[in-house]
Amino acid sequence: MRVILYIIDKEFRQIFRNKGMLPIIFILPLLQLVILSNAATYEINNISFGYVDNDHTHTSRALIDKFRASTFFDVFQVFPHPKESDLAMLQGEVDVVLTIPEHFERDLWKDKNIDLGVTINAIDGAAAGVENVYITQIIKTFNKNLSVDMVQLSNNTVRPVLIEGIPLFWYNKTLNYKTFMVPGILVLLVTMITLFLSGMNIVREKEMGTLEQINVTPIKKHHFIIGKLFPFWVIGMGLLTIGLVMAKLIFATPMLGSLALMYFYTSIYILVILGMGLFISNFTDTQQQAMFIAWFFVVIFILMSGLFTPIESMPKWAQFLTEFNPIKYFVEIMRMVMLKGSGLTDILPQLVKTALYAVIMNAMAVWSYKKIT
Amino acid sequence: MKEETVIKVEGLTKVFGDFTAVNKISFHVRKGEIFGFLGANGAGKTTAMKMLIGISSPSSGSANVAGFDVYTQTEDIKKSIGYMSQKFALYDDLTVKENIRFFGGIYGLSKNRISQKSNLLIEELGLEKVAHSLVGSLPLGWKQKIAFSVSLLHDPKIVFLDEPTGGVDPITRRQFWEMIYKAANNGTTIFVTTHYMDEAEYCDRVSIMVDGNIEALDTPKNLKTHFGSDSMNDVFLKLARS
Repeated sequence: MRVILYIIDKEFRQIFRNKGMLPIIFILPLLQLVILSNAATYEINNISFGYVDNDHTHTSRALIDKFRASTFFDVFQVFPHPKESDLAMLQGEVDVVLTIPEHFERDLWKDKNIDLGVTINAIDGAAAGVENVYITQIIKTFNKNLSVDMVQLSNNTVRPVLIEGIPLFWYNKTLNYKTFMVPGILVLLVTMITLFLSGMNIVREKEMGTLEQINVTPIKKHHFIIGKLFPFWVIGMGLLTIGLVMAKLIFATPMLGSLALMYFYTSIYILVILGMGLFISNFTDTQQQAMFIAWFFVVIFILMSGLFTPIESMPKWAQFLTEFNPIKYFVEIMRMVMLKGSGLTDILPQLVKTALYAVIMNAMAVWSYKKIT
Repeated sequence: MKEETVIKVEGLTKVFGDFTAVNKISFHVRKGEIFGFLGANGAGKTTAMKMLIGISSPSSGSANVAGFDVYTQTEDIKKSIGYMSQKFALYDDLTVKENIRFFGGIYGLSKNRISQKSNLLIEELGLEKVAHSLVGSLPLGWKQKIAFSVSLLHDPKIVFLDEPTGGVDPITRRQFWEMIYKAANNGTTIFVTTHYMDEAEYCDRVSIMVDGNIEALDTPKNLKTHFGSDSMNDVFLKLARS
């Protein structure tokens, strides 16, 4: 046991003596939290909008005004002819072009079917989908108002029946993307920093030659590994704490569940990541190699974590792979505990899987660390 | 010279793929002896030494270090030996005192023993002024002396030194050898590899390795007589060229 304390003492001295590393460990992740939480949003704003009005009537102008009133659309360009609008789309000046056909007003009053032309730049398919929804909504509301107007004008006794769904959004009532993103980004920074630090740690000693010196001492493998991991475990928990405080202060993210549960889960989760880092460390010879491998896994884990894209919409094989993604569990837990107030029994499946993962990963880390070659 | 044998090597071999780095070497080292392990670059010295200090498994043959087997008792060997590599592996970002404490700690020395040893070491090397300086800021010669002293912290029976004096001036090398003599006089066996033939003259016995084999093993005096040379340099050149 005393041996472990000597290692921990040494590691902490080295970490806090490295004036170049300290800001990287503590300040960069928090910048990340602030920047990414504000920037990474599914909402699509500032859509450049252009239109071709072939009708030039009161009604067509009223429709355009609806778009103008929307906060999602920006930069209004009028194109006299579809050719110009096509060119503008090609050059990336507009994202959406609305074409209002001739006799739009007349046909509307005659209750004819009207085809409005909507062209959307769909290079980013997901964005195009969202834009399509916005446009459809605006046109629908416009049409509804119009039919109400018409009903009142014609004094018809038959009133059109309007059926409308009123969505109710649970757990994040205002559909605030920051509330959704902050817990996820918090996961990222805890994961990345602890993985990179632990991944490069033993390799660094290999490069310096001090690992060989350690290997000729009678130190026990698990003592060495525990001593090495503990400081990073503390740093990971520290990052979580700072991150949670910032989430509360800056983003007013709710914390409905138990803070103790959050810490309990994170303490196990970090063990998975540290074990993984050491495992990488043991199979690489330079910090550069370790960094690349750690980066490779982090990117896959992040993109397949459900943080940015829902796991439900991934292909079956990919959904299966996400079972081995620790970040997925952490993102789920973070969101469940913070936003839904889930308790221990709710998160038990994830907790058990993470604990199992931690045991396996660390057993592999100890096993793959060889004092004898 | 006492006749107690502390290193017994019989037919020790290390094969990497189809390259035999160390080919059936055999020798004995007596307690308190300064044993010079010579050879050109790539002759297999470091590989052989790594097997003896328990960080590389032999391919075949047998070896016994400080009474323990290199196959099955490597961790016991590690308790009884000190090691200083050519990269003098102290932590550059720790101070002299912190390095001493760390290595004392992982060898399981008690707190009192560590501070006692630490003070003694600093006094002997005259390091009072730099005891709280980072090792990385010290001159190479000092680092090597400290590394050697650190390898003796736990009073090992044998110390393995892998090219300990590379890259330092003759005066510092001389001082370093004085430290080696002092340790040997205290009964510590010294197993040292070197490129400097003048250092070979300081050894009680030397072995000369060529292409994985030990080509000669005797006292420097006998070797010189045998090869009809007046310096170890000549002996080495004759062997390495044949």
